[in-house]
Amino acid sequence: MSFINYLISGISLGSVYAIIALGYTMVYGIAKMLNFAHGDVIMIGAYTVFTVASSIGMNPAVAVILSIVVCTVLGMLIERVAYKPLRQAASPLAVLITAIGVSYLLQNVALLVFGPNTKSFTSVISWKGVSLADGKLNISGVTIVTIAACIVIMVALTSFINHSRAGQAMLAVSEDKGAAQLMGINVNGTIALTFAIGSGLAAVAGVLLCSAYPTLTPYTGAMPGIKAFVAAVFGGIGSIPGAMIGGILLGIIEILSKAYINQQLSDAIVFSVLIIVLLIKPTGILGRNIQEKV
Amino acid sequence: MSKKNSSVNAKKKINIRKFLKGDLLTYLMVIAVYAVLQTMVATGNMKSLYQGLLVPMCVYSIMALSLNLTVGVMGELSLGHAGFMCLGAFSGAIFSKITSDIIAVDLLRFILAILIGAAVAAFFGFLIGIPVLRLKGDYLAIVTLAFGEIIKNVVNVFFMGIDKNGLHLSMKDEMSLNLAEGGKTIMKGPQGIVGTPNDSTFTIGVVLILITLVIVLNLIHSRSGRAIMAIRDNRIAAESIGIHITKYKMMAFVISAALAGVAGVLYSHNLSSLQAQPQNFGYNMSIMILVYVVLGGIGNMRGSIIAASILTILPELLRSFADYRMLVYAIVLILMMLFNWAPACLEFRERHSLKNMFAGKKAKEVQ
Repeated sequence: MSFINYLISGISLGSVYAIIALGYTMVYGIAKMLNFAHGDVIMIGAYTVFTVASSIGMNPAVAVILSIVVCTVLGMLIERVAYKPLRQAASPLAVLITAIGVSYLLQNVALLVFGPNTKSFTSVISWKGVSLADGKLNISGVTIVTIAACIVIMVALTSFINHSRAGQAMLAVSEDKGAAQLMGINVNGTIALTFAIGSGLAAVAGVLLCSAYPTLTPYTGAMPGIKAFVAAVFGGIGSIPGAMIGGILLGIIEILSKAYINQQLSDAIVFSVLIIVLLIKPTGILGRNIQEKV
Repeated sequence: MSKKNSSVNAKKKINIRKFLKGDLLTYLMVIAVYAVLQTMVATGNMKSLYQGLLVPMCVYSIMALSLNLTVGVMGELSLGHAGFMCLGAFSGAIFSKITSDIIAVDLLRFILAILIGAAVAAFFGFLIGIPVLRLKGDYLAIVTLAFGEIIKNVVNVFFMGIDKNGLHLSMKDEMSLNLAEGGKTIMKGPQGIVGTPNDSTFTIGVVLILITLVIVLNLIHSRSGRAIMAIRDNRIAAESIGIHITKYKMMAFVISAALAGVAGVLYSHNLSSLQAQPQNFGYNMSIMILVYVVLGGIGNMRGSIIAASILTILPELLRSFADYRMLVYAIVLILMMLFNWAPACLEFRERHSLKNMFAGKKAKEVQ
C-alpha cells in the first residue's frame, strides 16, 4: 500500500512539473531559448496568492485568478524588455545569460519585498480528499486537484494549438520564423502570446506546488523550475505530450528515490536522469530529430 | 604590389605586439596590485577585515579566469563551475588532512594538495565532458548546472575516515565507517571537513593567479586556442577544415575544470571548516562567477580579474548597501548583456560612438 501511496504522490508532484515543463517547452519550441526565469515566475505567482488570500483575506479563487493575471503580465513584460532586444544577437549565450539575470532579479526583488523568512502557505484547496481501502490509501484533495488540473490544461492546450488560428501560428513560428512572417503571421505577437500562456501556467503550477508543499521562500521556484526543464528535456523538448510524460515520470522517480534510496540524494538522482537521457537519446522520449543545416 | 604586402606584414607585426603588450599589462597589473596590497599589510595600513578578503579575492579571480575560458574562449556556458571548485576544495582538504602528519613541510603539502585538487577536478571535467560536450548552448548550461548540484548533494552524504587499516568510505553515517580504535573521521557528510590546515596565503594566491594567467593566455595564443575559438565562431566551418571538435572542446573544458579545482583548494585551505552549502558551492555561486565574467567582459581575462577582485571587496565597503547588492548585480547583468549584445543597441553605439564622430569629421574635412 505504501508503494501505491508513494506512486500517487509521485504522480501529483510530476503533474506540477508537467505544468511547469509545458511553459518551458512552448517557449523553447518557439523562441528557441531557455527561459531561466520561468521557475521564478512560479514563485511570484505563489507570493501573489499568499498576499491576496492569506494577508488581505480574499477568496482563494479570486487570488488564483489574480495571480494568473500578474504572472501573465510579468511574463510578457520580461519577454518585451529583456529577451526581445536580444533575439537577433550574434551569440546564443547573450539571451541565456540575460535570462539568468532576470531569474536572479526576480529572486532578489522577492527577497526585498517579502523578506528572507519562510512563509507558510495556506492551501487554496480545502477539500480533504478521499480515503480508500479502509483508510490505508489516502489521497488528498490537493493531489486530486493537481492531477485533474494537469489533465485539463494538457487537453485544453493541445486543442488550442491544433484548432485555433493563434495555435497554428505558434506551430508555424516554431517551424520557421522567416517563412511564418512571409505568410503574414505576426511573429512578435505570437512569441509574446507564448510567453503569456507559459507564465499563466506557471502561476497555476505555483499555487498547486505551494498547496502541496506549503513553504514559500524567494527560492521556492528555482529548483522546481530546473527540474521541470529536466522533465521537458526528458520528454522531448518542444513536444507538449512529451512534457507531460517527462514531468510525471520525473515526479515518480523523485518521490520513489526519496522513499527507497536516500532523502538527500533524490535531487542528484533526478539530475542523473537528465545526463543519462542526454547520453542515450538527446532528443528525449517524444522529441524530433532536427538536422542542422549549413 | 610588394609595398602592399609589406604593409600588411607590418600590420600583422603590430597586432602580435599588441597581443603581448596586453598580456604583459595584465601580468604587471596583478604584480603591481599585489605589491601595493602587500605593502599595506606589512605597514599595518589594512584592517584585518580587509586582510581576510585577500585570499577570497584570489580564489574568485581564478574562478573567473577559469569560467571565462569556457564562456569567452570556448563560447559555451557552464553553470556547474562551483561543482568543480567543490571537488577541488574537498579533495585538496582530504589530502591535507590525511598527510598532515606525514608531510612536515607545509608548502610542499599544499602544492601537492593543489595538484591533487586540480587533477580530481580535471578528471571529473573529462568524465562530465563526454556527455556534455556533445551538447551546446542551453543544454550544456543545464547539464553543467545539474552536474554541480549532483556534486554538492553527493558530498553532503559522504563520510570518510582513516585508521590503521586504511581509508573507510560510507554514504550513510559516521557509525557505518567501522573505524578501528584510534581512527579519525575526516569527512562528516553535511558537517564537512573540520580542521584543514590554513595553508592559503595571499602570496600563494597571487602566484596561482599568475600561473592561471600563463596557462590561459598561452592557450589562447596557441594553435589549440585558435582552433577552440574557430569552433566557437563557426562549428561547422571549423569541422570542415579538419578541426577535431570534441578534442579541442574537451581540452578547454578540462583545463577550465582543473583551474576551478585549484581555486577550490585555495578556498578550502583558507577556512577551518568546510561544508558544501548552496551559498559556497551551489548554483548561486556559479552565477556569481558568471557575473564577474560578464562584468569584466566576456573573453577578456584582465577584466575578469578586475571584476572579481572589486566585487569581492565592494560588499565589505558598502555594508549598509548589502541588502541591495544582489539586486544591483542582477540588474547590472541584464543591462550589460543588452548593452553589449542587443543588435539595436550595438547599432546605436556604432552611430554615436566618439571614435566615429571624430572619424566622420575628418572624412568631411578631407572632402
